[in-house]
Amino acid sequence: MTIEEIKNKLDLSVFSGQDGLSKTATGGYVSDLLSDVMGNAKEGQVWITLQTHKNIMAIASLKDIAAIIIVKDLQPSEETIEFSNKENIPLLSTSKSAFEITGQLYETFMFAKSTQEND
Amino acid sequence: MNIKFDIEGGNFSSAGLASSEVKRLLKQLNIDIKTIKRLVVAMYEAEVNIVAHAYQGEADVEINEDHIKVVFTDHGPGIDDIDLAMQKGYSTASEQVREMGFGAGMGLPNIKSHADKLNITSEVGKGTRVEIICYLNA
Repeated sequence: MTIEEIKNKLDLSVFSGQDGLSKTATGGYVSDLLSDVMGNAKEGQVWITLQTHKNIMAIASLKDIAAIIIVKDLQPSEETIEFSNKENIPLLSTSKSAFEITGQLYETFMFAKSTQEND
Repeated sequence: MNIKFDIEGGNFSSAGLASSEVKRLLKQLNIDIKTIKRLVVAMYEAEVNIVAHAYQGEADVEINEDHIKVVFTDHGPGIDDIDLAMQKGYSTASEQVREMGFGAGMGLPNIKSHADKLNITSEVGKGTRVEIICYLNA
């Protein structure tokens, strides 16, 4: 599934990093602890968080994270947006809580998996 | 090949610059991607530790045929009890640093689990030396 498809299904808005929307996402990871993401997130995952500062982009870039979803309408800093554009890692926004958006993303992945299996 | 990076204490805005530069370079050198991924996690955590705790530090990266060694040295408060600092969940980070999502007491354990070798020596009131080794194709 591409980030673009996830964006449309989950009704997310795009802050920055539009050029990365065609990338494929392999799954998701939810955490607000940066070392947890550093140690455990996998390449190609979509990272759901409430953190908004520039360091989230450094981590996303180092870990080859496909995109970041910032929850609860929180606003990323200018520096975060710049970094996202530079690295082509989409920075997405939702008004929903991490709980709700994670549930929807999980369902989306499970549905895609089940339709693939039935093909 | 040897490369040196300066790391400024307290400057979170530049945290990760050395790690990403090393990642870029190792990719150019066609180093095995699994080794790059492990090293980058270990390096980033060591870099953030200097930013979060020390006044000033540096990373000395040595790329050898069979391993990569990175030595982080800093001028800082030092670590009194290294065994305690190695414990998951233990942190002396400030409230402000914790609010950013750092300081969860996972940094040193992350280095240990991603690098092949980790040696820490420290002198309270002077600084800390963290040596990380990742073997290629290990």
